[in-house]
Parts: sequence; structure tokens; C-alpha cells
Amino acid sequence: MAHGTHFETRSQAQYEYDRAQNAKKMRKQVTQFAIMILLTFVAFAAVIADFAPNFIKPVILLLAGVQVVQQLYAFMHLDEKDAPHNGVIQFFIWGGGFIAFTFFVAFLTIIWW
Amino acid sequence: MDINQKFTPQSWPQHSETATMEGKNKFVGIWIFLASDTVLFASVFATYLALKDQGPAGMEFTAKGLFELPLAFMMTMLLLTSSLTSVYAMYHMKNHNAKGVITWMAMTVILGLGFLGLEIYEFVHYVHLGFGYTQSAFSSAFFTLVGTHGLHVVIGLIWITGLLIRNAKRGLNLYNAPKFFAASLYWHFIDVVWVFIFTVVYLMGVLG
Amino acid sequence: MSSVAKKKGFGGHVWDYLTTVDHKKIAILYLAAGTLFFAIAGFEALLMRIQLMIPNNDFISAGLFNELLTMHGTTMLFLAATPLLFAFMNAIVPLQIGARDVAFPFLNALGFWLFFFGAVFLHLSFFMGGAPDAGWTSYASLSLYSPGHGIDFYVLGLQISGAGTLISGINFIVTIITMRAPGMTFMRMPLFTWTTLVSSTLILFAFPPLTVGLFLMLVDRMFGANFFDHTMGGNTIIWEHLFWIFGHPEVYILVLPAFGLFSEIIPVFARKRLFGYSSMVFATILIGFLGFMVWAHHMFTTGLGATANAIFAVATMAIAVPTGMKVFNWILTIWGGSIKVTVPMLYALGFIPSFVAGGVTGVMQATAPLDYQLHDSYFIVAHFHYVIVGGIVTALFGSAHFYWPIMFNRTLSEKLGVLTFWVFFIGFHLTFFVQHFLGLMGMPRRVFTYMADQGWDTFNFISTIGALMMGVGVILLVINVLLSIKSAPVNRRDYWGDGRSLEWALETPLPFYNFKQTPLVRGYDPYWIEKQEGNKEGMVYAEPLGDIHMPNNSILPLVMSIGTFIAAFGALYSPWGDQAIAGTAESLSATGSLALLIGGLGLTVACMIIRSFKDDLGFHVHKEEVIQIEKELAEFRAKGGKR
Repeated sequence: MAHGTHFETRSQAQYEYDRAQNAKKMRKQVTQFAIMILLTFVAFAAVIADFAPNFIKPVILLLAGVQVVQQLYAFMHLDEKDAPHNGVIQFFIWGGGFIAFTFFVAFLTIIWW
Repeated sequence: MDINQKFTPQSWPQHSETATMEGKNKFVGIWIFLASDTVLFASVFATYLALKDQGPAGMEFTAKGLFELPLAFMMTMLLLTSSLTSVYAMYHMKNHNAKGVITWMAMTVILGLGFLGLEIYEFVHYVHLGFGYTQSAFSSAFFTLVGTHGLHVVIGLIWITGLLIRNAKRGLNLYNAPKFFAASLYWHFIDVVWVFIFTVVYLMGVLG
Repeated sequence: MSSVAKKKGFGGHVWDYLTTVDHKKIAILYLAAGTLFFAIAGFEALLMRIQLMIPNNDFISAGLFNELLTMHGTTMLFLAATPLLFAFMNAIVPLQIGARDVAFPFLNALGFWLFFFGAVFLHLSFFMGGAPDAGWTSYASLSLYSPGHGIDFYVLGLQISGAGTLISGINFIVTIITMRAPGMTFMRMPLFTWTTLVSSTLILFAFPPLTVGLFLMLVDRMFGANFFDHTMGGNTIIWEHLFWIFGHPEVYILVLPAFGLFSEIIPVFARKRLFGYSSMVFATILIGFLGFMVWAHHMFTTGLGATANAIFAVATMAIAVPTGMKVFNWILTIWGGSIKVTVPMLYALGFIPSFVAGGVTGVMQATAPLDYQLHDSYFIVAHFHYVIVGGIVTALFGSAHFYWPIMFNRTLSEKLGVLTFWVFFIGFHLTFFVQHFLGLMGMPRRVFTYMADQGWDTFNFISTIGALMMGVGVILLVINVLLSIKSAPVNRRDYWGDGRSLEWALETPLPFYNFKQTPLVRGYDPYWIEKQEGNKEGMVYAEPLGDIHMPNNSILPLVMSIGTFIAAFGALYSPWGDQAIAGTAESLSATGSLALLIGGLGLTVACMIIRSFKDDLGFHVHKEEVIQIEKELAEFRAKGGKR
């Protein structure tokens, strides 16, 4: 950045609007947090409730997947389309996730004694 | 950038973490690093899944028998909440509230320490049962997976504590805003990994 | 901090290089280190070839032969090819995108020093009980029980070096994403930048599995873990999976930048725009993606089953398609062009048939049933040397000639270069072509000798003659490099006259900040566009002349790497290691070992804390200083000055 870049002082109206927006977004984050707690609770409850393992396993994996996407997009702000290079970052994260998935498939299927 | 540039809450940019070239680079850099860390954990996870319950003939330790859900639940709550507190810290950073950032990041560290304490207690308990690192392939895999995550937690705690000490007198400026943001993203990532650990190791372990 | 004014003494120069964060100097460090390790690994190859020259030879013992073959492979791939490619990436990519340096200059230096100390650590094994001897792939069933510390040197050395490579990979990705000059969209980037980006992405995703695999091997050998020990529930195949999940992308990490380099060389010397730019980009990305889907083709004979083998076989064959696209595009670039056969173009013309030959034997091996016959035979050795030497080494040699003017403001001798090319190229084919037949005739790889009268004698002899020729070729190249020190300086832009991309727009010797004003990119081959419009200045600019912000030097990357080096000794001499307990290897007391480990890592962490606690904002070169530097450089060039 050039030396001494000027940062615009926002007008009082803009400033108050921004603060209200920030507070609103923060409340949204808390809502997301509550949903995460709920999902965690459901996962633990499903296991304790003693259903058939082969039914529960995909369910809790799905719940984990949903919570991870929640964390990425809400807590980590991956949903901010105007963040710098947001598209490229999403590409790398999903790419890493896809490669990770192939490891799971491989290690669960082609390793045996 | 001029590190001595004085800001007011009105002139402080909303996205202070990416308001400078260095900030943008750090922002993209930490995300790219997290992508590589994802693959690192995937390798350790995959190894764990292959070696789950595997041990010498006649071994009595199994995931079902060992893991206790109440402890895992408490650890999850602590870490998840610590993720929320770091979101709060970033919210305060947006509002140019240095004290808010420090307070909520400190909360994050405290909750993280709580998590770590429970994890150490759990490990010591297993070792007392005879389920130590060298007991079997299963034990080596378990301790490596959960231990690698724990090591990431330790690194995160040292990182955030270092930032708190470093910036106590300096307050918020465009040089240290990206540092806080990167540490916060890293901390969220550790929580993301934990979601998979409690699901794959503890929940699926207890399911059998 | 003028580029010309202050004259440094020898000590000053040494300190400059030890503390530099300048991508151009780091490139030279990579070039020097890479060449050193290339020579060492080449020497190891020569020793092996001399041993195999005649049947039942006793020039090298079996044990030493195993060490040589392990070190040759490990050094060539990790410590020679990678750093040499990084040298070009560092020197050229920032210039190609119009940047003044990479995104993280400090980390760039750290990446180099970690690589260097990892490499030194690995090579110390020769003097400290023996080098690793389980092959560069170090399969667990063998390496877990290898006596002495050889494998431990392998694990720790590569762990440190690998960390350096991963850091550099992240650096290039971020640089290419964020620091392109205005007007340089992704689809206007030169191919070498594209291949650097894709290769760095492969590094990003492939090095973590290696890190994990090496860590598992480390704890299995040194701390009693049971990952690969089947009696304790472990599985030796896990190592193979982790290693090849890394190992296959690794070869694409090496070959893609080589492809990129040729995509720069060929258009310049065919005097014609690269044919099919978009498909070249697409092919690069597809090769990168598919590179992660094929690793088990190294494991066809391990008993994965027919379904798994079939899937990986088909995926492997699929990679030939985008690779073939690239070959056709290179040929079509040359076709109809005004061809100038300079030394870099010679290497490019030699590359195309050689790499294709290596590629087609690769597709043969992709057929799993055939691979059952070919696996672990000299056919495989022939294949990968054709793609590596025919692909990567030719790119390195050709690019040395091509980019020497930019990197050193000197030229390599064209005449000597032509001689070097032919000696090396003929030697290369002599060495490896006959090895295809040796493999088909049943000669296994990694054998230190063979019985006479099996029909293998002649071809082994010819192969060794070829290897000696390659050695002569390398020596000629080194002589060329040394001669260039005293040769006439270039002192102008666009040495080859037909440069198309941004790096040729700058007058050498380069000022330390590269561009006095960030250029404005108006299309693909941006410098070519300006040349066509008669722009004598080189480029049009995107900003007015102003203060330039540059990073500070630092000794911390060097010290941090020394810290890991010390810690590695602590781990190496751990008294809990299998071999230490068995008595085949030395160890220290627990206190000594832990002191080194904690002390070393502590030094590294202390440096990180120092770095983090300081405010390091770099320094500014004021507008007047920039004008002064440019003026001094212009006068220097006009007077034929040497720098």
C-alpha cells in the first residue's frame, strides 16, 4: 500500500449504521453458535440413544459436515463475497476437503491385513 | 503503512485485517496454510481409521470400551465456546475496541486451557489403564491424531497469548490487526478439526 | 541501499546473502545449493554405473550400493531438482507478474535455509554411521529394521527440508494470487507462472501426507510406536499409501515447472505466440488434479485387488491426455514459426521426443497386468529417467542458458553450450534407452551386481559409457558457468531480442526493487505488445514514480533453521530408538538427547517470538533515491560496467 494511505473518516450516520450492522452480524453469529451446539447435542444424543450403529454413523458424519460448513461460512466469514480473493480461497479449501475425502475412501477400502 | 497513524472508531476501516497489502497477503496466506493443514489432518485421520481397534492378538482395549462421552462432550463445549469468543474479539476489532479484542481473546485462551486440561487428564487416565502410546497400533494412532490436534491447540494458545502480550501497550493498528485475524482463523480451524475428532474418534468409537 | 553505489567487501557480500530476503538473491542461493547436490547425486550415479559396468563386479559393496541408490534418488528429487526449479521460480515469477518481491520475503528466506540445513543433515549421514539404504521410497518393512541411523537421517533430513518446501509453496501461491500487476488477469499470466501456481498447489497438498508418513516412521523407529508393525496391529501398507500420495504429485511438482519453462523458451525461439494458451492452462490444471488420483499405480503388486488396480490404471492413462495436449501445443507453436536454434531451443527440441518416449512407457506401465511384469525392473528405471532427465533436466539446463542474462547479467557460452547439449543428450540416450531392454530381459532394479552371460552384459556396459558421457556434459556446463563470471556483461533489456513476457522488459543488472514503477499489463505477452507498438521505454506504467517500500534483511531465518538442525540431532540420538536399544546405533543419554531437542526447537521458537514481537515494516526508498539509482545504473550500463 502506498505510504500514508488516507482512510476515509465515516460520517456519524454511516458510523452508526456500520455499528448497528456489526451488532446484527454478531447476533447472527450467536444464532449460528446455538445451532452448532444443537447439532452437537443431537449427535451425542443419537449415539447415546442406542440406535443401530450403521444408521447412526452416516447421520453423525453428516451432522459433522454441516457443522464444519457452518463454521467455515459463518465464524470464518467465508460467506463474505467481497473479501479479497474469496473465490480462490473457497477453491483451495474445498479442494483440500476433496483430497481429504479421497484419503478416507482409500484408507477405509484398500488397507487390510 | 504508517504504524503511528492514529485512528478513531470512525476512520478505522471496517476490514482492518485486509486494508493493507501485507494484511491481504496474510489473509490469503493463512487460508492457504489451513488448506494444507486440512490435508495433514486428513492423513492422520485416515491412518487412525485404518488402525482403529487394531492391536496385538488378545488386546482388550477397544474404542467402545475406552472412550467416555461425557468428557468428550465437555471438551467440545469448551472448544466450541472458545471459537465464539474469538468471533466476539473480531467483532470488537471491527469497532476499533482494543480492550474488547484483548478481553475476548483472553477468554478464548482460558477456555482453550480448560480444553487442554481435560485432554491431559484423559490421556493420563488412559496411560494409567495401560493404554499408552506404545501399547498397540490403535493406541499410537489415537494419541497421534488427538495429540496432533492438541499440539495445534497448544500452538494456538501460545500464539494468541503472545499477541495479547505484544499488543497490550500498542493497541490496535493496521500492522497487528491482520495478526489477530489470522490467529482467530487458525483457532476456528482447530475447532473445525475437533468437530471431526469428536465425531469420528469418540462418537463412532462408542458406536463400535 | 543503492544497487550500485556502495561497494561491499567479501564479508559484506557473505552477510548480505546470509540475511537476504530478496527473491533474486534467494534464487542464486537455490541455484548454487541445487547444483552442488546435483553434482553429488550425479557422482553417486556414476559410482553405481561403474559397479554395474561388468558382471560380478566388486567396485562397490552391496551395502554401500544400497546407500548410493538411496541417496542418489533422494538427493536428485528433493535436493537437486526441487531447489533448481525453485531457483527459476524465485528469479523469474515475481518479474513475470510485475511484482517487486514475493508475498512473504522473510518466509522465502526461511524456506531456503530449512531446505539447506535439511539437505546438509541428510548428507552428514555418510560421515556418521552410514547413509540411509532402503531406497528413496524407504518402504517400512525394510526401513523400520535398518540398523544404524541411516533411515533416521532420511526421516529427519526430509522432514526439515520438506517444511522449507511447503513454506515456499504457500509463498508462491499467495504471491501469484495477490501481487500481480494491474491488468494481469489469471488468463494473461505467462505459462511459467501458471505452472508455478499449480505446482505450488500440488506442494501444498502433497507435502502434508509426506510429513505425516515421515513422522509415523520417526515415532515407530525412535519412540516405540506401532504404525507399521503388524505384530502390534500396524500395517506396512500405510507407509506406502502415505508415501505415494505424496510421491506421485511430487513428480508433477517437478515436471510442471519444467513444462512451464519450455512454454517460455519455445515461443521466443520460434518467434511465434504460444499455441493454444487456454488449453495449456486447462491441461496444467487437469494434470495437477489428476496427479492426486493415481498414486496406487506404484502399488499395483501389493495386493490391492483388481478393482482398485483397474481404477488407478484408468486414471493414470487419463493423465496422458492433457500431457499430450501440451506436446501438440508446443509442436504447433514451432510449426510455421521463424525458428532460431539457440542452446535453449536445442534443449526444447531434445525435450519433446525424449519426454514423449518417457511418457508412453509410463502409459504402458499404467496397464496393471503389464506392470506385474515390469515392476521393480530396469524398465521402470528407464521410464522415469526418460521423463526426469528428458523432461526436467533438459528444462533446467536450457533455462540456465535462457535466463542467465536476467539472473547474472551475463551469458553462458553458446558454442560450449551446443557441445554440452550434444555430449549430455547422446550420453543420456545411451544410458537409459538400453535400460528398457534390460528391464524387458528381466534385470531387476536396485541390484548391486548380476551374473554374467544372462544377456545383460553389453547393455550394462553401454549404459555406463552413456553415464560417463553425461558426467562429462555436466562438467562442461559447470565450466561454462565459471567462464561466464568473466564474460562480457549484458547491460540491456531483452537479451534474446524476441522476449515476450515482462521479465525481458527490464534492463539488467536489475535494481533491487525490480520495477521503478509497477507496469500496466495490456494483454498476454505484455512486453511483446509494447514492442509491437514501438514503445522504447519497455513498458507503460500503472502508477507515477513514488516512494518504494521494500522488506528488511534478517538473520532470523538462518538461525531458525539452525535450531531445527540441532533439534534433529537430539531426535537422532534418542536413547529410546529401536536401533539404539539394539546396539546397532549410537545414542546419547536421555538428558543429552532432550537437551539438544528442546534446545534446538527452543532456539527456533525464540526466533519466531522475536520476529513476532518486533514491528518490522521494512524500509522506504524515496522517490529521489529511485531516480538517483536509475541514473547510476544507466551510466553504469553505458560504460560497460561489470556487476
